[in-house]
Amino acid sequence: MRAHYGKVTAAFAMISALALSGCSAGGDSSEAGGEAAPCEASDGPVTLQFTTWVPGMDEVVKLWNADNPDIQVEVQTGPNGNSGTYQNFFNQIQAGNAPDLGQIEYDALPNFRVQDGLENLAGCEGVADAQDQFVDWTWGQVTFGEEDSVYAIPQDSGPMAMYYRADLFEQAGIEVPTTWEEYAAAAEKIKAEGSYITNFPKTDVNWFAGMVWQNGGQWFANDGEAWDVNLTSPESEEVATYWQDLLSNDLVSTLPSFSDEWNASFNEGQQWTWVSAVWGATTLSDGAPDTAGKWAVAPMPQWEDGGETAGNWGGSSTAVLKGSEHPAEAAKFALWLNTDPEALALANELGGLYPAAKSAADLEAFSGGVEYYGGQKIYDVFSEASAQVNPDFTWGPTMTQTYTDVSDGFGAAIGGSSTLMEALENGQQKTIDALKAQSIPVAE
Amino acid sequence: MATPATASKRPRGGSTTASDVETRGRGPRQSIMSRSAAMLVMGVFTLYFLTPIWWLLTTSTKTGGEITSTAPLWFTTNSLGTFFDNLGRLFTYGDGLFGRWLLNSAVYAGVGALIGTVIAAMCGYALAKYEFRGREAIFNVVLSGVLVPATALALPLFLIFSRVELTNTMLAVFLPSLVSPFGVYLARIYAAASVPGELLEAARLDGSGEIRTFFTVSTRLMAPALVTIFLFQFVAIWNNFFLPLIMLRDQALFPVTLGLYAWNSQISQIPELRSLVIVGALVSIVPLIIAFLALQRFWSSGLGAGSVK
Repeated sequence: MRAHYGKVTAAFAMISALALSGCSAGGDSSEAGGEAAPCEASDGPVTLQFTTWVPGMDEVVKLWNADNPDIQVEVQTGPNGNSGTYQNFFNQIQAGNAPDLGQIEYDALPNFRVQDGLENLAGCEGVADAQDQFVDWTWGQVTFGEEDSVYAIPQDSGPMAMYYRADLFEQAGIEVPTTWEEYAAAAEKIKAEGSYITNFPKTDVNWFAGMVWQNGGQWFANDGEAWDVNLTSPESEEVATYWQDLLSNDLVSTLPSFSDEWNASFNEGQQWTWVSAVWGATTLSDGAPDTAGKWAVAPMPQWEDGGETAGNWGGSSTAVLKGSEHPAEAAKFALWLNTDPEALALANELGGLYPAAKSAADLEAFSGGVEYYGGQKIYDVFSEASAQVNPDFTWGPTMTQTYTDVSDGFGAAIGGSSTLMEALENGQQKTIDALKAQSIPVAE
Repeated sequence: MATPATASKRPRGGSTTASDVETRGRGPRQSIMSRSAAMLVMGVFTLYFLTPIWWLLTTSTKTGGEITSTAPLWFTTNSLGTFFDNLGRLFTYGDGLFGRWLLNSAVYAGVGALIGTVIAAMCGYALAKYEFRGREAIFNVVLSGVLVPATALALPLFLIFSRVELTNTMLAVFLPSLVSPFGVYLARIYAAASVPGELLEAARLDGSGEIRTFFTVSTRLMAPALVTIFLFQFVAIWNNFFLPLIMLRDQALFPVTLGLYAWNSQISQIPELRSLVIVGALVSIVPLIIAFLALQRFWSSGLGAGSVK
């Protein structure tokens, strides 16, 4: 799942955060969390509520409901997480009437963990054993590296690769880049042809994080006592300097992502590549219908020649929210939802999810060639990329704020009054301030 | 904007006094220059306000692909067909969810505005026509309610409704929409000006009860103000977004604003929603336009009558 961090979101988050801090005494949190609580099955039939924004999820749940008369699930859909659903979760957890299950993106999970909004499922039947069924890095996202802890079941992921216009590269006699160095060289040649190699997305800070992720960088770390904020690590700096050079030399465009003009730019052949996640495959085919058959997918360009690393952009989990009366049943459902082949296939067909389960590669939807990409078996590339994603990457507890601040800085960098690195430095400071303001310990 | 505004005040440059005399002497007639300047300002504003609606209209006649690839402010060769095709998809998508949302909005706004108007009218009337201890205090408290934005009240309301287990029900959106401090204010001002005390006195002498007098005599005299209150309240509830966003989880209860917002937030996953959101937005403003056109006559006469007194 991708997210946009617009002004509306920021304003919304601020209003609600202000209001929330004023009435945090309302809820009752009996246990501090951290240790796996006993997870016992309820007596008799139960009904679970599941809030998600994945299209078609109600159809997937119908499969479950037909086979499980004693555990019925009601699906509620709303706006996507950062457009209001997360804030609603927090409000509902405070008020004690949150749904049993909720969809939460990986980058929002730490926020829920820090505010004690998640049930620890490690003690629930089958959960601990499920680890092997999921791609390594996604399991790391839901355990936060804590012992005896599983706070959600991985749902989908967004391993990254490079979409490129095979036809244009061939016509122009430019080699398809395999390293970032070659990518920058190709950018100059493409500019000479009157086009752009790609678009720099100033609002998609999680895209930029995916780049840093690929480079082995870490933005956050948590040793169990305090948060280490490190937006300005050498790896981050390398990525920032690289894109700054492309920006300064006007080798990349700076259109707002996923806008109409952005789509048009791809549709008219102004963009030659897009380094993006697996879910981007349909974004591209829908947004640029006139270029069907001309695209292909290659692994992400590497920082080192012959390297094998990939980043990730997006992805979400199914979490059991604090206060659920039936965590055992909820965990059972969440496991089924994210591992059952039939459920995964339907969720992909209707909702476009690329499953976090390893069995995804066996699904029919991911085994064949895709016409839009000239019949290439593009999901093989993403499947390989998925295994190359660094499992240790950690998100911070205030990502909405971090994204907004860094995105503002990126905007200034694109305007020429600042640089990407300055944006990261500023985002670093703002994030530390935000953590301290919420009394979250920060390692200095 | 600055230049034409100035020009309309001083149509003839230096001869300020002359024009002042002329205006005073011959009523509201104005020179051609000042009139055309005023028209220019109004024209610019009209254009400014209508362009987005025009865009909405033209864009709703396009397919998802055509939105980006054709001229933004004009139609395509197959506009009419695409428009009806879009409309058809809008009302069938997700088992007719959009129709449900429209209906919800109509119920929230229609019934809410109706009851809200009655409450505001009774309250304002009582404050205007009955003398009782603490009258001004109550009025001031109600008046200060005008200053508190509805958005700021949404979260406290959510926590209160959670306690009584009314969240995620129609009542959660309906109950808070019934109160309108501005309506009370308007009703009081208008009742004070348009319902003569002597008339009430006469009604009492004839043996009419207070409630009966209110509904048979006073509401008729206050009708223009009531229409205004109804319209204001109708539009406010129809456009209300933040409260339903916080209160509702079941999309079968969503009003059309929240439904369109939810769709819009999913465009990146389901691109076909892009054209549905646009057509949906167009359809969702139609009831407002109808309400305004139908009630406009009463409304403007009401404002005028009030201001003369």
